[in-house]
Amino acid sequence: MSEFREKTSIVDARVPEGPLANKWSEHKNHVRLVSPGNKRRIDVIVVGTGLAGASAAASLAEMGYNVKSFCFQDSPRRAHSIAAQGGINAAKNYQNDGDSTYRLFYDTIKGGDYRSREANVYRLAEVSASIIDQCVAQGVPFARDYGGLLDNRSFGGVQVSRTFYARGQTGQQLLLGAYSAMSRMIAKGGIKMYNRHEMLDVVLVEGKARGIIARNLRTGEIERHSAHAVVLATGGYGNVFFLSTNAMGSNVTAAWKAHKKGALFANPCFTQIHPTCIPVSGDHQSKLTLMSESLRNDGRIWVPKKKGDTRKPIDIPEEERDYYLERRYPAFGNLVPRDVASRAAKERCDAGYGVGASKMAVYLDFKDAINRMGEDVVASKYGNLFQMYEKITDENPYKTPMRIYPAVHYTMGGLWVDYNLMSNVEGLFVLGEANFSDHGANRLGASALMQGLADGYFVLPYTIGDYLADDIRTGAISTQTSEFDAAEKEVKNRLHQLLNNGGTKAVDYYHKKLGKIIWEQCGMSRNAEGLKQAIADINAIREDFWKNVRVPGTEGELNQELEKAGRVADFIELGALMCQDALDRNESCGGHFREEFQTPEGEALRDDDNYAYVAAWEYQGAGMPARLHKEELHYENIKMVQRSYK
Amino acid sequence: MCQFENGAFQKKESSNFDFSISKFSNYQIFKLVTMNLKLKIWRQKGPKDNGKMVDYPISGISPDMSFLEMMDVLNDQLVEKGDLPVAFDHDCREGICGSCSMYINGEPHGPGRGITTCQLHMRSFTDGDTIHIEPWRAAAFPVIKDLVTDRSAFDRIIQAGGFISVNSGSPVDANAIPIDKHDSDRAFDAATCIGCGACVAACKNASAMLFTSAKVSHLSLLPQGQVEARDRVLAMINQMDEEGFGNCTNTGACEVECPKGISIENIARMNRQYLGAAISYSPPKATGGGD
Ligand SMILES: Cc1cc2nc3c(=O)[nH]c(=O)nc-3n(C[C@H](O)[C@H](O)[C@H](O)COP(=O)(O)OP(=O)(O)OC[C@H]3O[C@@H](n4cnc5c(N)ncnc54)[C@H](O)[C@@H]3O)c2cc1C
Ligand code: SF4
Ligand code: FES
Repeated sequence: MSEFREKTSIVDARVPEGPLANKWSEHKNHVRLVSPGNKRRIDVIVVGTGLAGASAAASLAEMGYNVKSFCFQDSPRRAHSIAAQGGINAAKNYQNDGDSTYRLFYDTIKGGDYRSREANVYRLAEVSASIIDQCVAQGVPFARDYGGLLDNRSFGGVQVSRTFYARGQTGQQLLLGAYSAMSRMIAKGGIKMYNRHEMLDVVLVEGKARGIIARNLRTGEIERHSAHAVVLATGGYGNVFFLSTNAMGSNVTAAWKAHKKGALFANPCFTQIHPTCIPVSGDHQSKLTLMSESLRNDGRIWVPKKKGDTRKPIDIPEEERDYYLERRYPAFGNLVPRDVASRAAKERCDAGYGVGASKMAVYLDFKDAINRMGEDVVASKYGNLFQMYEKITDENPYKTPMRIYPAVHYTMGGLWVDYNLMSNVEGLFVLGEANFSDHGANRLGASALMQGLADGYFVLPYTIGDYLADDIRTGAISTQTSEFDAAEKEVKNRLHQLLNNGGTKAVDYYHKKLGKIIWEQCGMSRNAEGLKQAIADINAIREDFWKNVRVPGTEGELNQELEKAGRVADFIELGALMCQDALDRNESCGGHFREEFQTPEGEALRDDDNYAYVAAWEYQGAGMPARLHKEELHYENIKMVQRSYK
Repeated sequence: MCQFENGAFQKKESSNFDFSISKFSNYQIFKLVTMNLKLKIWRQKGPKDNGKMVDYPISGISPDMSFLEMMDVLNDQLVEKGDLPVAFDHDCREGICGSCSMYINGEPHGPGRGITTCQLHMRSFTDGDTIHIEPWRAAAFPVIKDLVTDRSAFDRIIQAGGFISVNSGSPVDANAIPIDKHDSDRAFDAATCIGCGACVAACKNASAMLFTSAKVSHLSLLPQGQVEARDRVLAMINQMDEEGFGNCTNTGACEVECPKGISIENIARMNRQYLGAAISYSPPKATGGGD
């Protein structure tokens, strides 16, 4: 057995003993290893090729494991991580502004409104510096200053400059780095790549994750794949809202299938609404576009002081503008965390001060920055974002302020994992946005990229060995077993049902309906009454969907409507769980704002006595309320206080 | 002091999420100007099917829609009629993943420079236009269905050498090797290639030189990448030829159509490196054995 102690409950994270700063190094010294010769006899499935999956697959293959990688795109390089813009945090203290592992740890816990696990967050801060080293070694062209050293910028919720960036394309450059590492291992035979494949179920054998059922999206064939461990790095579920900044294909299916097979889903209602996105322009809209948080380094957010002011922004004089973030939060100003900035924008718009045609927008203004630094400098920092804005809106942000409004961006919730990043299902590991582990109730900007790469390059490669050490004599896992038969049959039945139910409505009809409910009742603010109604409405959508959805085409071909239908079916079930979780949490914290629980100033009001726990939900059947398991959060190194950015 | 007029945070009816256009009252003046278009779209059932252009009239298209949103409207109409929707690759819809790949009115990613298909907006067209929509055409990019092609040849070119051989673990400090900002910026410019394949689709020879040279340049401009530079350029060009891409005859069409502005200077740089490497190249001696 592992050095790792036995679990005391289903949600025992098995955090190592000892002082916080030593936990990770001590743990690494004691986890069991798999010798190089034995690694060759072990197969690992990694689903997902975003930052988390690609870095994990490459690292595991370099170590000698046989890796099988899966993604639904036509190339691993196109995973959604490619779209991340602003940057990645690391406690390098290159700017000599007093940054340290402890500060990054502290900022992340505080930013997450004291709802994350101390030991995991500390480890994240600890390995952050190595990530930058690793990426530079791979050739990631981070921004540099004229002395040839790496440059930094600031992100929300912190008072140091620790964000590394590659213009507005940081995610692209980091992912291409991880993709190149994967490509090298594909060429060497360490990774077998299955692109255009979608995982449709996880297969458990004697309680352990031993494989997956996948659909080859190109031919429609249903395939069985076995391994000694399964790693899910399948990203977040923001698309449950229909409109979000996520890529169109981002989905919850892999995580949801695991949930149905017993994996606990933690804090599903913790979603992040990003303050600076391009507002909705009409009902044709298929997705929303983020304007990176880095813009808040130099842009100032305001609305007119006069209600319903219809003047052009440039005609509104300085003294008639309300820079409401600077007014309400003088210490952090425009760089308050995302949840705070989003709610403040909503508050102004709801109160009648919104701008633009829809009145559901605020201004993000670069006038002062352009005056101070010149247009060239502004262009060199944000050129591609300005260009992106102009392409979409047909307005020039160098001349007139951007119009922005909050939009769904990231999901802090996800599958529950222990300190080793293993879910409660043995052998099922979960990385990146798909797990719940590090961001509590609100994620700080530039920390998702950090977490994905920390998980994949620096955490899983160590912790997975502790589990696989038991499997050196197991031999290859057969796919010709009753467990695989049953899982495959279930997948096929479901596809068959979707294709043959003789309905009339397109999949998007249901997705939009679901999204509207979740946005209104489980979005930037929530209340008990609305959430109860939402659960009933979502259950009704589920029934209607299975009766009346129309999916054309056949199973045995590339069929994008069928792919969408399967994903939306899972989103519907997830939506009900999100509302249940939000209803259960009778407090406000981070991105979860319950109208009933707020301070007189309208800030989130936590209830640490009763809700300082991770809500880990166990599946009980479609349409049935899930069962709650609580992982209590103990803060040994940080004192819980009300978050203040004033 | 309470900053809120009504003392508390209240939910309001209207939201970012309204699907009814009538909400956007002031906008309507522009919005009501919609377009009727005639689409001619390549339909091909599968890799072995011959395929043909099919006409689809479409109406009520707003100039603020993106091109792919216009395709969504068409597809929803087809599904409701019980027809098969048009298959096309797309994911990020913001010009960075490189999935979308339509050949529109004879140009990869359509009219407009420096954009991908998903960044093209219908305001680039006028009422009554006929729009031809086809997949990338290249022997190395076979059609899978309708507008979807197989671009895995690009992945194999990268696998041949588009990386720096470094394992995860404990690399040296990132600031240990300062890198000239100009080199770093040029490397970055080359590294912004999204692997969409428009350069191949634009080229009369279906050459992949722009794509390949972008990766070769990105890596060889950095000190970390110079160690393997010689082997890399030989291996990647070799793979490119094996995949069946054509030769480069310097027409420059690729640079014009590249959504990321990748410069053909990269091709020149790669050619120089290739010649240098090919002349000095001697296959590595067999190693192994010993102690
Ligand atoms: C527009 C935008 C900008 C952002 N900017 C930043 C930023 O500046 N800094 C920051 O830190 N964070 C940023 N984020 C957040 C960050 O990009 C993501 O959280 C992160 O990239 C997620 O990485 P991942 O590896 O967990 O998953 P993803 O990158 O989402 O990858 C998921 C992978 O799983 C695969 N997959 C999913 N389901 C299946 C299935 N069923 N079968 C097979 N494969 C499947 C997909 O093919 C894909 O390869 C941004 C997010 C958005 C939307
Ligand atoms: S070089 Fe340009 S056109 Fe060619 S694949 Fe890269 S981004 Fe696309
Ligand atoms: S859909 Fe990603 S580039 Fe167009």
